[in-house]
Amino acid sequence: MSASGQTAHALYVLRANRISSAAAVLAVLLVLTAVFGPMLTQYDPLASDVAHALQPPDANHWAGTDQLGRDVLARVIAAGRLDYAIAAAAVFLSFVIGAVIGGACGFRGGAVDRWVGRIVDVLMAFPLFVLAMALVAALGNRVENIVTATAIINLPFYIRFARAEVAVRRQAGWVEAASASGNGPMRIVLGFLLPNVLPAMSVQISLNLGWAILNAAGLSFIGLGVHPPTPEWGIMVAEGARFITVGHWWLVAAPGLALMLSVLCFNLLGDGLRDMLDPRMRT
Amino acid sequence: MSALLRVEDLQVSFATRAGNVKALHGVNLEIAAGETLGIVGESGSGKSVTALAALRLLDRAGRIDGGRILWRGEDIAHASRRRLHALRGAEIAMIFQNPRAALNPIRSVGAQIIDALRAHRSLSHAAAAAEALEALRQVRIREPERRMRAYPHELSGGMCQRVMIAMAMACKPALLIADEPTTGLDVTTQKAVMDLLGELTRDHAMALILITHDLALAAQHCRRVTVMEQGRVVETAAPATLFTAPAHPYTQRLVAASPTATSTLPHRDSRSAGPQLLQVSHLTKRFADGTLGVDNVSFTIAQGESLGLVGESGSGKTTISRLVCRLMDADSGEIRLGAANIGAVPACDFYRAPQRRDVQIVFQDAGESLNPRFTAFDAIADPLLRLGADRSRIKQTVAEGAIRAGLSPDLLGRYPHQLSGGQKARIGIARALASQPKLLVLDEPTAALDVSVQAVILELLDRLRAEQGLAYLFVSHDLNVVRMLCARLIVLQHGRIVEQGDAQSVFRSPQSPYTAELVACIPRFAL
Repeated sequence: MSASGQTAHALYVLRANRISSAAAVLAVLLVLTAVFGPMLTQYDPLASDVAHALQPPDANHWAGTDQLGRDVLARVIAAGRLDYAIAAAAVFLSFVIGAVIGGACGFRGGAVDRWVGRIVDVLMAFPLFVLAMALVAALGNRVENIVTATAIINLPFYIRFARAEVAVRRQAGWVEAASASGNGPMRIVLGFLLPNVLPAMSVQISLNLGWAILNAAGLSFIGLGVHPPTPEWGIMVAEGARFITVGHWWLVAAPGLALMLSVLCFNLLGDGLRDMLDPRMRT
Repeated sequence: MSALLRVEDLQVSFATRAGNVKALHGVNLEIAAGETLGIVGESGSGKSVTALAALRLLDRAGRIDGGRILWRGEDIAHASRRRLHALRGAEIAMIFQNPRAALNPIRSVGAQIIDALRAHRSLSHAAAAAEALEALRQVRIREPERRMRAYPHELSGGMCQRVMIAMAMACKPALLIADEPTTGLDVTTQKAVMDLLGELTRDHAMALILITHDLALAAQHCRRVTVMEQGRVVETAAPATLFTAPAHPYTQRLVAASPTATSTLPHRDSRSAGPQLLQVSHLTKRFADGTLGVDNVSFTIAQGESLGLVGESGSGKTTISRLVCRLMDADSGEIRLGAANIGAVPACDFYRAPQRRDVQIVFQDAGESLNPRFTAFDAIADPLLRLGADRSRIKQTVAEGAIRAGLSPDLLGRYPHQLSGGQKARIGIARALASQPKLLVLDEPTAALDVSVQAVILELLDRLRAEQGLAYLFVSHDLNVVRMLCARLIVLQHGRIVEQGDAQSVFRSPQSPYTAELVACIPRFAL
């Protein structure tokens, strides 16, 4: 598809599907906020100011302050950077590794495919969040390990997805034609099959991003993620939960809302992408 | 004579993203009770849309903009759902192109026929079952008691079409609409199905509308033939008139393009008995399920010669094309190209063999054989880049190759979905010729094309062979086409060679009974 045709199609789908376009706008806003976060607020997310502790939202502190007087909004924005980075890195890792392993299995078949399939089955037999907890606990509470754990628990889905998509195309005429044109197996998988599978996988990527954010926040919530005082949505919700009974709702409201919006937005975006890539929409 | 179905000035349009597209521009048709009418046209001519609109079966995007559809004088263009439901199946029945897809895969065929019967008549289950069995017997399905319990996937394509016919006939409709009922079926099966349809419509005094792209088939089975082009009826006449004195220029072109027993190509007989190029000996291939796909096949091809490989589905012709092309490994036998035994190189390693560039292939489905993410340029450049070409001249080489295959260089930046079937076929040919092969395997290269495009592509292939001294291995199920392009041919059945020899003499006096049957089954219109 030509670049202009692709743009026209994307615009058509966005126009026909208001919810997806709203999600796309929101996603751009959220990512921009995360990237330019420090420039948007005058407060340092780590600087405590006990004199102004536990203040409800007002004109100075839009989302209030926490028990140490830190600006909640500044912390939510800073936390977004970290959570998005973790999710993006984890999804990227599982996508790249999963696509290559799954692509190779789907193309080759045979014993390798069977063995990889069984290993994937074993991975998927674990409750995934519990597996992530175990991995972080074993490897140590560091950002790299949260990324690794999240990537590993997502890997089976990417392997299966890539394997299935490649396997249905393996017999296609253009794959035979590529072989007749002198392309080796490596080039056929990387240069022909995976680019054709990529659009379908982008749906998985978008749905997965929301899930990975939730996973990173979840790990921190139960104390297996990054350490305080680093701002992180899971930690903020966990800390704020103690104050909710005494009426200081804004401590959890802001990070909770950010988390909910992010996950919702990436899920809706995934649905929109699926519509955009559905060949039945192309008439 | 009062008309059973009469379509007056029917206009249909489809809502697409680019706005409303008119599919039918005022179509007029008429069929009397017990009559047979053929509707012939190429893809996009609106022949199927006419039938679907007449039954009010258009999908949601389609709309009837104007005109009348008169069923025994009653206008059904705006009839209620309930009225249509009573009409469909009971009075007008339809059978479709792909019978297997039209049957429900998870129910036995007997149950589906019983459903069709009970939808329109109040019958007990036992009575319906008895009638369904009788219907299967009527369409001459062997062992009908056993087939009642069979699922569509357990039946061959021809058998599924017979089941569809049994289902359509079950309520004894007054009109049967058959939309490409034999496309995709072998010629012998096609003949059996068409003979059955003809016989049943005659016996029950049923009217038949046969929609097909095959002029000869329509001429053979219908009393009147309507030719459609781009949503318009261009001509309606008796077959004899249509063939001998086509009035409309489009009909003239269509008649000229349809391969017949006498059509020829300019270069076919320039048969240079050059030195031997390909020698295949005792080739055998057994599939994973144990069936013998290719059974001890031997043949040779000389330089500049074109050999035809003819057979029905399952005859092993496609398997042989893949084996010779080194895309699949044989169990035993030799494939020699010149002095080299290329059969000894495993197919998975053949991409780096020096002979890779010498043997190339043109695939059956031109659209499916192009990478959707490659432009026409990328597709033709790919073999050049992989099989060693002067990279600095690549743009020029690709453009030259495109021109040679009759593809305008302006189209090189386009993706497959932006090109027509004929243009995609040309890309496939340009790609196969890019590495300057000595042997070109042509696997039904025109099977998916309209006849007018097929005629042009066959001429192109014929000219290229004469110009470049190429050798062809031409695989096809269409005897007429093979005879046009090849001087010598091989007839295959169940993986074995049943006959080989000069194309003309095989045609004129076939030696084996199977070849004789194949030749007899070709639809032709005898004046």
